[in-house]
Amino acid sequence: MYFRETGQFKSKYKEELAAFPIFEDKIGIAIAALLAFVLIPIFGLPGLSWDFTMSAVMIPVVIFTITTLGLNILLGFAGQISLGTAAFMGVGAYSCYKIMTIFPDLNALICVVLSGVVTAFVGTIFGLPSLRIKGFYLMVATLAAQFFLEWAFIRIPWLYNYNISGAIEVPYKEMFGIVLTGAKSEPLTRYFVCLGFLVVLTWLASNVIRGRIGRSWMMIRDMDIAAELIGVRPLTAKLSAFAFSSFYIGISGALMVFFWLGAAEVESFDINHSFTYLFMVIIGGLGSITGCYFGAILVWVVPVILKEYGKSVFGIDAFVMENFTTILLGVVMVVILIVEPHGLARIWQIAKQKLRLWPFPY
Amino acid sequence: MDLLIGIFITPFAEMIGLPDLFFQALWDGFVSGTLYGLIALGFVLIFKASGVFNFAQPILVVLAALALISFYKMGVPAWISVVLVLIMFYALAWLIERLILRKLVNTDGNILFMSTVALSFIIIGAAQWIFGGRPSSMIHKELGIPTGSFEWPMFGGGVYFDLLDISAAVVAVILIVCLGLFFSRTKIGRGLRAVADDHQAALSVGISLNQIWVIVWFVAGVVALVTGIFWGARSDVSFALQIIGFKALPVLIIGGFTSVPGAIVGGLMIGIGEKIFEIYWGPLLGSGVEGWFAYFIALGFLLFKPQGLFGDKIIERV
Repeated sequence: MYFRETGQFKSKYKEELAAFPIFEDKIGIAIAALLAFVLIPIFGLPGLSWDFTMSAVMIPVVIFTITTLGLNILLGFAGQISLGTAAFMGVGAYSCYKIMTIFPDLNALICVVLSGVVTAFVGTIFGLPSLRIKGFYLMVATLAAQFFLEWAFIRIPWLYNYNISGAIEVPYKEMFGIVLTGAKSEPLTRYFVCLGFLVVLTWLASNVIRGRIGRSWMMIRDMDIAAELIGVRPLTAKLSAFAFSSFYIGISGALMVFFWLGAAEVESFDINHSFTYLFMVIIGGLGSITGCYFGAILVWVVPVILKEYGKSVFGIDAFVMENFTTILLGVVMVVILIVEPHGLARIWQIAKQKLRLWPFPY
Repeated sequence: MDLLIGIFITPFAEMIGLPDLFFQALWDGFVSGTLYGLIALGFVLIFKASGVFNFAQPILVVLAALALISFYKMGVPAWISVVLVLIMFYALAWLIERLILRKLVNTDGNILFMSTVALSFIIIGAAQWIFGGRPSSMIHKELGIPTGSFEWPMFGGGVYFDLLDISAAVVAVILIVCLGLFFSRTKIGRGLRAVADDHQAALSVGISLNQIWVIVWFVAGVVALVTGIFWGARSDVSFALQIIGFKALPVLIIGGFTSVPGAIVGGLMIGIGEKIFEIYWGPLLGSGVEGWFAYFIALGFLLFKPQGLFGDKIIERV
């Protein structure tokens, strides 16, 4: 009843095409922004300590939303399935580390963006098989990327600067006198850096997708042969999708290590993580930017909060909760696939549609 | 120059110089190849009969092995635990069909694939909950599978044959022959092939899709059990076996998604190829290349034969 566009007239074509044409949508976005930027950083989430909220819930969920955006661009918009997401995040993390060591004076944020560029390059190379194969065959090709890169992270000591531990050690970096990375940085700073990246990247993605490149991706997804016949070049479309998606994934990988974990070994980039990101995309909704947010929140936040509550409120063993959340994730996934294969984003859309007409059924 | 010699000359010189080692590597590769082939066979069976790319097959292998061990530990005699595991898999197949597949009839292949990924999460969670996460050892001795090894003198050295490996290969061959006969000679087998061709057409001539799916998943479970026993006997049974299961994917690429002999030939090629590569070229790259070499063989195949050696040709129309 409150969600209705009655009386909101559009007099220009541009207004029709705006990202949020309905006034109520703008209010919703404002509330979400208020929550993310002000309320949660000040008060935290109810029932959880502030430190836990920041370091185990909010920072990772923001980072994983960026990952999900990247994977969704590839899978949801360009229709190219990839199981190498975690490894590409690793490429982002390790290249960020290398860039920071080679250019010690470079700003940390620029390093993160550059590592995204490196990952885009690597992603394009591993995207080459997509020109000849697709579907499950392509999936196996991306598995090659996953296992090869994982091997490289262990066996090429140059990547981790010949550390004895074999892990990335995050150096101390600051900007305008504020500590950005390293052990001394505040969770709040790191959170706002990640959130800043997320906002900029979401804005970028939504505009690229509405533009010419995004449309060519969707044509390739819907039917590549037909798209080719009407003049979309599969080479540029597919490879640009891989590059663009890897750029996002690389940035999220760099953020994950430098602004969240603080140190990372190859286990942070193994295949099970790739599956988790795939789940985020599917549960959120293929081909939807809002869906990326829903997916990351549901797949990451719900299990973390459940585990925490299970431990502190009900005193359940962590091992049991771990398995319980794994099962829950699988069950939620199956239910979503059965009920609405387009994920939470589609459910959200249907709910909005219903709200517009409420109390009438149609 | 050193690198070129290392790539093109030294490995071959070693092969000729020490033929017994070479044969040992071949045999080891052959054995792991049959086991890769067995896992791939589980994938192929389900793909052939229902068009589902079953990502849960590797975790079914782990589940079978773990269930077998824990039945035995509860005091059930070894062979009766095998029967119990089979019953359990029949129930599981029925549940999967009833709760998941039946609701997803006529949906896109991708969605079915995702549902099996979700299924594997459910099984992982449940199996860890019930059986615990610790690795345990297989009960192959109690099942009467021979162990020990003998040496066969050859070229001044000798090649070791593990009795376990030989029995694995023999069982694999028996299983494949049985499955081949089952698919081509029995009524159910013909039904399976009909379902794979076209769901609707199969339904219209009176084949029960639901029943077929239960049977297929059960047969895949049987294959998983056999694979689990032999893989488990070679290394400990743990959730790490699942990663080995992913090796079946390049096997599928080489053999084709729909071919039973393809799964075996592909398995052997991957098994032997990666063993030889690991031993002779691995040291150049730092060891551990076994993890990804199989995928690169598969990539090479994809470039020249995208449908695999024995797969059906993919024809696309607008």
